[in-house]
Amino acid sequence: MADHTSQEAQSAETTDKGYWAANMRIIYISLVIWAVVSFGFGILLRPMLAGIQVGGTDLGFWFAQQGSILVFLGLIFFYAWRMNKLDREYGVDEE
Amino acid sequence: MDQFTINLLFVGASFALYIGIAIWARAGSTSEFYAAGRGVHPVTNGMATAADWMSAASFISMAGLIAFTGYDNSSFLMGWTGGYVLLALLLAPYLRKFGKFTVSEFIGDRFYSPTARLVAVICLIVASTTYVIGQMTGVGVAFGRFLEVSNTTGLLIGACVVFAYAVFGGMKGVTYTQVAQYVVLIMAYTIPAIFISLQLTGNPIPALGLFGDHAASGEPLLQKLDAIVAELGFNEYTAHHADTFNMVLFTLSLMIGTAGLPHVIMRFFTVPKVADARWSAGWALVFIALLYLTAPAVGAMARLNITEMMWPNGTSGEPVSVEMIESEPRYDWMATWQKTGLLGWEDKNGDGRIAYFNDKDADAKAAAEAAGWGSENELTKFNRDILVLANPEIANLPSWVIGLVAAGGLAAALSTAAGLLLAISSAVSHDLMKGQLTPNISEKNELLSARIAMAVAIAVATYLGLNPPGFAAQTVALAFGLAAASIFPALMMGIFTKVNNKGAVAGMLSGLGVTLIYIFLHKGWFFIPDTNSFTDADPLLGTIKSTSFGAIGAMVNFAVAFTVSKMTAPIPTEIEELVESVRIPRGAGAAAADH
Repeated sequence: MADHTSQEAQSAETTDKGYWAANMRIIYISLVIWAVVSFGFGILLRPMLAGIQVGGTDLGFWFAQQGSILVFLGLIFFYAWRMNKLDREYGVDEE
Repeated sequence: MDQFTINLLFVGASFALYIGIAIWARAGSTSEFYAAGRGVHPVTNGMATAADWMSAASFISMAGLIAFTGYDNSSFLMGWTGGYVLLALLLAPYLRKFGKFTVSEFIGDRFYSPTARLVAVICLIVASTTYVIGQMTGVGVAFGRFLEVSNTTGLLIGACVVFAYAVFGGMKGVTYTQVAQYVVLIMAYTIPAIFISLQLTGNPIPALGLFGDHAASGEPLLQKLDAIVAELGFNEYTAHHADTFNMVLFTLSLMIGTAGLPHVIMRFFTVPKVADARWSAGWALVFIALLYLTAPAVGAMARLNITEMMWPNGTSGEPVSVEMIESEPRYDWMATWQKTGLLGWEDKNGDGRIAYFNDKDADAKAAAEAAGWGSENELTKFNRDILVLANPEIANLPSWVIGLVAAGGLAAALSTAAGLLLAISSAVSHDLMKGQLTPNISEKNELLSARIAMAVAIAVATYLGLNPPGFAAQTVALAFGLAAASIFPALMMGIFTKVNNKGAVAGMLSGLGVTLIYIFLHKGWFFIPDTNSFTDADPLLGTIKSTSFGAIGAMVNFAVAFTVSKMTAPIPTEIEELVESVRIPRGAGAAAADH
């Protein structure tokens, strides 16, 4: 019986490790997108987007003043949805 | 009814509403005072966070800064929204799981050190107080204009109102009061913008109108604006002129600062579950984005309106005459704002006309001289902070809209001030008194000390608000830099790394220290005028302005913390277990029930 319990504890630990690794992967991908739309498209890469016209100006200006905010919103809701799903997959949610 | 009575009516009615809600929701126990009994729904919490977050800087100041600088001030838009991504991904769910009341409590427990907690309290008080000074400045300007009293009187009235509901309501009062404030401020911001967007572009959604066509000329709005301002010798609106490195650092400082401000982080302690903390950050940004997507449209359209008012016959025609400004009702706003000293014009060459152009641009100056408008710009003063408040008057909107904007501007400033005061008071009573000085303090005395701390903080902020270190938005940007350099790195390292107690303390102290020194070197020691050695026009380090230094401070914090941590003893097993447990949502409800 004692053997069984330690096995359970060990498997819980493996689960937690896998859960955290999956979480970190989602965070990395999200933060790359976060940086690309704001610091990238909005500021540093703006000259590259100069050819794409949007309402009297270029795509970089749109990203700096509106696009980045819309992407941020999408990212947070995606993360919340994905993580709440991940919690259930790994059985680490609160219920 | 005259405009003054209408303003008074709108401001009075909105205040009665906030105070009514605060009294209705009067807090009883300490748990309710700090975290509203953890019973707040994510959407409600998101709306309250949005009101808490959007201050005088967002509402009153930001669109004006964008209007007169164009693309270069996009940093405010990206910075003050992008921080929510960091908050949602890196902090909110874990701090909720930790399940305590305050930011410094987390730092104290995670770094198993009363010193770490004390240092966090100091960082928190420095950043929050700087922020409140900015708000009180905004409160003073708004009250002064709309109640037609002096700046000082306006500030004192504002201080009394903030005191009343923050002290008696506690967090629960503040949460529901802030929902009401959000509704008032978002209506006040968007309704005039919708009117103006319809007038200029025919599109009822300002965010779309900004990228639409200018109805009068058929050209794209931004193209038209670029052409007009360039003709007057100003920088093209959509072009990039600022130093790129400083712009990146400034944006990053505002983002990290957003995720390091204790009054916003505290919001995520008040939701029932970890899953809700994740949604809450998203909902907060939805409600914030409604204003932030409108702000660039407000800025661009106001710039176009103002330029066209100063050049009623087009930029190649004659400038507006002094007689027109004095007699035509649509120029009334200029006389009203002139009284505040924040707007000024002067017919320098005595031709009976006010020529508005950039007299520092050689071509524009030569053109104005050739046309006979003189060699100097005659719209001598246009304070950026008046733009949003004056906007409905500039666009000739009905007087109830002007009253609504008055109420909205005050809601923005007051709600943020109240949220910050709550963060300061809980830091003093909960972390300093109960956590350090008098651990056996009774619940009643803890509440009392929270209220005393709040009263002291208001007094200090009001006093400094009378002699502020700069415009509302400048002071606020400094507060973000301080939060970015001190609180955010400590929280992040607490969750994602195994940095030890000594590392965290050294990191926070060095991050706060270098940032504070850099700010004082440029803005004056303790913000006392003329004690600065450098200016932001010619900064100490390359092109890095004092408002952008927070990102550097944060890097210093991380670097020092990792180095010191490597050289000292690793964290004990129970702290390692704490870090593991914070990372997993399971069991969050149980942690909260301990209180």
